[in-house]
This record gives sequence, structure tokens and C-alpha cells, in this order.
Amino acid sequence: MKVTFPHMGNLYIPVKTFFENLGVEVIVPPPCSKKTLELGVKYSPEFACLPLKINIGNFIEALEMGADTIVMAGGIGPCRFGYYSEVQREILRDLGYKFNMIVLDPPQGHFMDLVKKLLAITNKKSFRQISLAGRLAWAKALLLDELDKMASAIRPVELNRGETDAIYKNALEQISKAESEQELLGVRREILERMAEIKKDPDKLPVKIGLVGEIYTVLEPFVNLFVERQLGELGAAVERSIYITEWVRENLLPSFLKPKEHGQVLKLAEPYIRCFVGGHGQESIAQIVKYSREGFDGVIHLLPFTCMPEIVAKSTIPSVARIHSIPVMTLVLDEHSAEAGVRTRLEAFVDLIRQKKEEKSCDRVLSGN
Amino acid sequence: MRIGIPRALLYYNYYPFWKIFFESLGHEVVLSSPTNKKILKDGLESTVDDACLPVKVFHGHVIDLINTVDAVFIPRIISVESGEFICPKFLGLPDMIRNSVAGLPRIIDCELSLYRNKTGFMEHAIRVGRLLGNSTQEALRAYLLASSKYNSYKKFRVKNGRLPIDEGDKSFFEVTAPDYSKYKDGSFKFNVLVLGHPYNIYDRYVSMNLIKKLQDFGAKIITPEIIPERNISAGAKKLNKKLFWTLGKNILGSAYYYMDNCKLDGIVHVASFGCGPDSLVGELLERKVSRDYSLPFLYLNLDEHAGEEGFNTRLEAFVDILERRRCGESNVSSHG
Repeated sequence: MKVTFPHMGNLYIPVKTFFENLGVEVIVPPPCSKKTLELGVKYSPEFACLPLKINIGNFIEALEMGADTIVMAGGIGPCRFGYYSEVQREILRDLGYKFNMIVLDPPQGHFMDLVKKLLAITNKKSFRQISLAGRLAWAKALLLDELDKMASAIRPVELNRGETDAIYKNALEQISKAESEQELLGVRREILERMAEIKKDPDKLPVKIGLVGEIYTVLEPFVNLFVERQLGELGAAVERSIYITEWVRENLLPSFLKPKEHGQVLKLAEPYIRCFVGGHGQESIAQIVKYSREGFDGVIHLLPFTCMPEIVAKSTIPSVARIHSIPVMTLVLDEHSAEAGVRTRLEAFVDLIRQKKEEKSCDRVLSGN
Repeated sequence: MRIGIPRALLYYNYYPFWKIFFESLGHEVVLSSPTNKKILKDGLESTVDDACLPVKVFHGHVIDLINTVDAVFIPRIISVESGEFICPKFLGLPDMIRNSVAGLPRIIDCELSLYRNKTGFMEHAIRVGRLLGNSTQEALRAYLLASSKYNSYKKFRVKNGRLPIDEGDKSFFEVTAPDYSKYKDGSFKFNVLVLGHPYNIYDRYVSMNLIKKLQDFGAKIITPEIIPERNISAGAKKLNKKLFWTLGKNILGSAYYYMDNCKLDGIVHVASFGCGPDSLVGELLERKVSRDYSLPFLYLNLDEHAGEEGFNTRLEAFVDILERRRCGESNVSSHG
């Protein structure tokens, strides 16, 4: 059995670790590229949302490399993602591929269901082995999120452009290679040291931008045209609304282990979107309000073209932005989005909020407050 | 109170119930005009640009009602069947309207979710009644009356194959004696399954009169609305994984049941631009039809720019194929 799965940002590192430690052979699809996108667009329904298309590209590339089992996440709606697996299976079947698809549906209150499915994939390994493999994968996921946060904070103030990204790339490899939690601790220490050594430009004052929106477009840099890196280069410190470990805690863990803040954050969206609308629609609005309260200078809202939950969110953004006086820019992503065009819009947006920030500080000086 | 009901989205499913319900509580029901150029234009201008066509049309209908009613009825419809949703945009519809349309009258916004609660519809109706200032008892009585009439209407609809199509300004529910003489059973040349969300296939403006045009070509029209629910469920059971969109389930359930159990000459699938569920449901349907059945299949995607000429040409080509297959030319490809 050669297992493969779709890409979503750095998620492949912990997932690969998890399966490999259970003795399953893993084929990681090549990183998302133009070729992935082209394959996906060619064989997917025209009006499907972008993640489905990229997934198809990932699967085709992995199947060509010899994978024979696809592990895919499922869902119970109303977002389309919950039915991706069914459509993808049909598309790949019609293309003539022979494979087995295992769909992991989110546990509907039954955490053990998920564990049982995992047991089936891993040839009935013991619960202990699964939990051991899970621990290392989880430790890696936590470190990856920490790494992302560090890189986002340092990138806008680095003196030599590209230094952070070089260290980041290297760190990914090391995290991927680490074979035990012990080793991972060493890797973490080294990353922290190297990040601390990056020369900073004292004249650069970063603006703070929050990144909200649909989970896949927020987490997969290829799809969001490396928006985090681009904003960093433009002098903006970026904080994402979704980090993978937080998402897992909020959605997959049994309810008594779920973090409490999540529900409180969601309440912030209530004046605009009163109930769950699928996906991250309500979260996006709640996070915009939260960022505004925390003094962020602006928010970027990401969604794939025709994403249903985020369209509901988008329709309320003008009022949210007005009432909480925070600039919000929505980027709708599809196969035609191009880095240069988005770059221009990001530059304009960062200029605008920088100007707004300076005006604010001038006001304060003039009014003597 | 004058209560406005937009002639869009689930109007084609639930209007009879709400008309009887509101009227027996002593309110007046006002429908928006049938979709027209102005309604579409108003909708396009006010809605967030990525929304799907039906949601834009709905915005236009709400605007059409603004100055004529005291309140507009826009319930938040989460789920109408257990374990299923309609679509995320229905969940957020009142929010979208509030944030996009200016000068709104009062909105009667009440949550309906039968996701885990089968008797939720009664509770929903009572809450709506109470929002209007009626007592629980009055609302309950109105609910019982409306639901019994609504159920017999539905039975009548399925039994007589009566499609919920408006005639002129009259609502489909008020047309008492439709003229079926023209469409006697023997006179049909083909059986055509028309699949799509009710608000797409029955809205004469948006669908460019699709059903009437097909009928004039001699087609007997079958839609999910006139197929018994148990048959739809039987069809939907053939799916690998439970489909969690009610309207999508009706489409696939009808198709999977009909293709196996009834005589069928062709299928028309009507989707609208920007519709999320349609993009996946349509794909599954098309792949199934072309892989396992040799049936002519026409896929129509409705948007605000659709030209009627091109639309007619495609319909004619489709009917041509049906015609040639009927005349025994079984070697005519089913894929046009």
C-alpha cells in the first residue's frame, strides 16, 4: 500500500511522519505547481472551487508516481468540501486510475470513529503505536506553526531580503527529517537561534495585517500566491486567523478538550452573521472584529472563486469594516489569479493602511492627546 | 399586516403553506412581481458580485417589495430535512439582505432547522406567528390548517403531474384549472426529465421559459417536484455517500430512480452561474449518465447574460437528437 494525500501548506510534514511511523509507505505529491494547477483545471468541473482542482492535480501527480491509496478528508456540509471525495473519485476513475480512496469524515461527536478508521488504514496497529506516531506528528505540527509565526514577524524587518525565507526553507527540511521528539527539540533550538541572528533594520516599522478567510486558501501558499511572504516583503507583519494545530483542536478533538476561546470569538460575528454558514464564513467575520479590537492596521480576506460560506461573509464585510473602522481587502482566488496583479493590489493596500496609520499618529500629536 | 413574500428561491416549494398560514392569522400576503428585467437589474446591482444568480434574483424581489409591504418574510433556512442543508447562502440569506439592501421594511427572520428535529417545522411556524403578534394558540391553529392544505396540495401536485409554474401574474398555487387538454398523455413525443433547483426551472424569466418551450416540442416534463418522495429517496440511496444538500439530493435521487425504473428519452440539467452545489452535483450526474446510460443529456447554465437565441438553438439541437432517436436511428450519439 502506497498512501498519498492532498497538499495544504506544510501539512504534508506531520501527515507523512504519522503514516511512516506506522509503517505505511507514503508518496507525498510534488509541491503544488503550475503543472498541478493545469492538470486539476483540465479534469475538474469548471465551476468547482479551486481547492478541488488543486487536489485533483495532486492526486494525478501522486498516482503517476505509483501511489495506490488516497487518504482524503470528508465532511457533512453545507460546504462543498464534504463532497469533494465523491466527485474526485469519479473523475480519477474515469481517467482510468486504479486506486483505493479512504475518506476521513469528521467525528460527529464520536472521536473514536476517527481512530477506528485510522486503525483500518494502518493495518490494525495498536492504539499505543498510533498514539506514539500521533505525538511526534503533533509536535511537528506545533513547531511548524511556531515557525510560520516567527517568520511572519521577522520577514518585514529583515535587513537582507530573503534571509528569513532561506532559514525557513532549511527549517522545513530539518523538521521533516526529525525522527524523534528529542531530535525535534534540538531542531527547534537551532531554528530559534538562527532566527534570532537575522539582522534587523531598525528603521522599518511594520504594519500589522490579519489574514482571514477560507482555510485552504489561507494555508496553501501556492494558491494564495504567497500572500504572506509578499506582505512581509512589503513591510507587513502578518497574523493568520487559522493555524493548523488550532484548527485540529477546535474541530477534531472531543468537546471537553476544545479550547474555550473559540466560541467567544465567534460571538463577535453575531451582529453580522448570526449563525454558522458552513466553512469559515462566520469565523472570518469574527476574526476581522477581533483584529480591529487588537489594533491591527488592516485585514486581507481570502476565498476561492464561488466559495459559498465566504461569499456570505463577503457580503457583510463592508458594514463590518465601516463599523469597526478597519480596512479590509478581499482577494478572490481562482486559476486565473496572477502573482503580479495581486502584488499591485497588495502594494496599494499596504500603502493605504500605512498612510492611515501615519495620519492617526499625526492627529494624536496635533491634538496633544 | 401586509407581509411580502419574494417570488424567488423557496417560493416555489413553500408558498402555499405560508399563504394559508399568514391569511388565517389575518394578515395580507403580497407577492413580488414575477421576475423581470428590472428585478434582475436591481438584484445584480445590490448583491455582492460573487453570489449566484438565484440569490441575486432574490435581492431584486426583496427590493421590488420595499414600498408595498409592512414586512418581508425572509426566514433563515438551515435545513428542511433531517441531516441535510440547503446551501450556505440560505443560512446567511437574511444577513446578506440586511447588509446589501437599503431602506428595508421589517424583516421576519426566523430560523428553520430540521437537521436534528423532525417536528421543527411546527415550532418554526409558531415562532413566526408570535413574531407577528399572534398567540401561540392562534399560530398553532393556523399551522394545522396550513399544513393539512399544503400536504393535500403536494399530493395533488404529484398525482396530477402539476408543475409549480406561475401563469401570468397569478401564482402557481392560485391557478385552479390549468389547461392540460393540449398535453394529453398520448400526444407526448418524449419523456424528458428536467433537473434543477425549483427556483431555476420554474422561474419563467430566468429559465427563459424552458419548460413551456420543451412542452411545445411535444415533451412530457418530469421534475423532482412531481416525483413521489419515496422514489427520490430510493434513487438517492444509490449514492456512495449521503448527499447533504436537499435540492441536490432531489436532483440525483430523481435521476438515479428514473433512469433505472422508467422510460426516459432525455435529461436536461439546469444549473445557475455561481451555484456551488450544482457544480458538483452536475458533474456526478453527467459522468453517471454518460458512463452507464446512453441518454441524451443537455446541460444548461443560466446566468444574467444568457442570450435567448443561443439558448433556443441548443434546445432545438437537443430536441432534434430526441426526434432522430425516436425514429429508430439508434446509432445517433447521445452526446450531441
